[in-house]
Amino acid sequence: MSLRCEPWARTDKREDKENLFSPEIRAEIDQWVAKYPDEWKQSAVMAALRIVQDDNGGYLTEELMDRVADYLDMPRIAVYEVATFYSMYELSEVGQHKICVCTNVSCMICGSENIVEHLEKRLGIKLGETTEDGKFTLKEVECLGACGGAPMFQIGKQYYENLTPELVDSILDSLEQDNGE
Amino acid sequence: MANEVCLRTLHLDRPWLLSSYESEGGYEALRKILTEKISQETIIETVKTSGLRGRGGAGFPTGLKWSFINRSAPGEKYIVCNSDEGEPGTFKDRDILRYNPHALIEGMIIAGYAIGGTAGYNYIRGEFWEPYERFEAALQEARDAGLLGENILGSGFSFDIHAHLGGGAYVCGEETALLESIEGKKGQPRFKPPFPAMFGLYGRPTIINNTESLASIPDIIRQGGEWFRDLGVENSGGSKLFSISGNINNPGVFEIPMGTPFSELLEMAGGMKDGYKLKAVIPGGSSAPVIPGEQMMELTMDYDSIAKAGSMLGSGAVIIIDDRQCMVKLLDRISYFYYEESCGQCTPCREGTGWMHRVIHRIENGQGRPEDMDLLDDVTQRIMGRTICALGDAAAMPVAAFIKHYREEFQYHIDHKKCMVGGR
Repeated sequence: MSLRCEPWARTDKREDKENLFSPEIRAEIDQWVAKYPDEWKQSAVMAALRIVQDDNGGYLTEELMDRVADYLDMPRIAVYEVATFYSMYELSEVGQHKICVCTNVSCMICGSENIVEHLEKRLGIKLGETTEDGKFTLKEVECLGACGGAPMFQIGKQYYENLTPELVDSILDSLEQDNGE
Repeated sequence: MANEVCLRTLHLDRPWLLSSYESEGGYEALRKILTEKISQETIIETVKTSGLRGRGGAGFPTGLKWSFINRSAPGEKYIVCNSDEGEPGTFKDRDILRYNPHALIEGMIIAGYAIGGTAGYNYIRGEFWEPYERFEAALQEARDAGLLGENILGSGFSFDIHAHLGGGAYVCGEETALLESIEGKKGQPRFKPPFPAMFGLYGRPTIINNTESLASIPDIIRQGGEWFRDLGVENSGGSKLFSISGNINNPGVFEIPMGTPFSELLEMAGGMKDGYKLKAVIPGGSSAPVIPGEQMMELTMDYDSIAKAGSMLGSGAVIIIDDRQCMVKLLDRISYFYYEESCGQCTPCREGTGWMHRVIHRIENGQGRPEDMDLLDDVTQRIMGRTICALGDAAAMPVAAFIKHYREEFQYHIDHKKCMVGGR
């Protein structure tokens, strides 16, 4: 049995990498690249996808994935595989605020159905949809590891726990007022 | 007797800081190892003596795992920490990362020293942004203090640690899928053998341990293997973090000695909320077979006691199911989870998880057929033991156990097209 563990090979490496992303994005990706062995730049693909997704209003496009592939000397298909495998990457447009509601077993026992129902009613959309004004996307997610605070959801990088319809309203009210970012 | 190991700093103001950790004996173990030049064998023997078993769910003896690596092999050897914490009901590693990240860092450095390691990676699930930032800040503090990086405390031993963020995939909690993920690929588990100790990250010898296992190491070294072992009971050394959730008054994470009666844990968690009665318990994360409440009240929280009752301690995620819950509906949700998270590599899991979920879903929705119970029995048996990783078993075990203990609720759904519980 011969065992191999090698990075993806790419023959047509792109030379003009400075044209792919802004200096800030490149610096951020490079910080991740530096964590891994020199020949394993592709280990930074998950971080790179997240960074460009955040920079692009929360979702990836084919063009952005191709740029990530070019930047990390990976075949494009290898980047698509990663982007389609992991649930945190979005492959179509999402709202300004993505509400990731956990409906897994602990949250369900503690009433996540009421939270989903309340969100759907207030926003006028179903799970998996985005409001017409592009402000909110509602996404059902699997256990986020905060079951002691069930029911819970995540918006952006923030966890919100022990949710009640009233608390949900106050969170959404403050997000609605916030037009910036 | 609580919070003696991984959550040792919890009573302090800003427990995550280096100064807090050091005020509780933090980094004493590492200093002792480096100044007294304690041998790798001695450290591994101490960990074996402690009875520490993998806290991620599988319960494999940590010291034994460490001994599998060829320490004198030339080149890179890695310590990888599994902070992917995705088993539904589990939320303990998040608290270690948020409140005591230095215990994990010190544990990883000691593990690295013990196996002749060159670098460590901590795989943190992508949703854990706050814990990730805490961990990064703690790494920086440790580097600035000379505790991490080149030539640690002037000892000549060098070891650095990096955080890696996941992207949302339960299967990456499986150790070889996690390695694939760090390598920048889809998280699909590898065949074993070869085991990671031989052929792990980047094809190099690698030890993968759970966050809680590694965070327990410093105190095991500092206070001795016997000290840790004697906190617990026979075959289940030490204390353990239990994540307890459901309709109880004080859900949360409790670090208590192994062998503590479940009834005491439930009491610590404030007992059942008013108007709710204990119906059943999932003792070790959603893949662990469910145990009826009255039986659970007689059990103690350790590997053997829970195993004798036909379930497993798993990650220590205790999900309390109250009498208002319909078991069919809960299993519908649990089976959906495994269907959603199957990586698609092995046919029995990829097809079987979807099949189980569709059958349970139709029973839940009043479209169950008389033959469905037998069908589910059959499908679960055709998944178990027939997949590369444990996700297939994890999907099948809860189905088998829910039906074993609550067959009448499923049958009622099929016969009456409605639920036994709460008149739904």
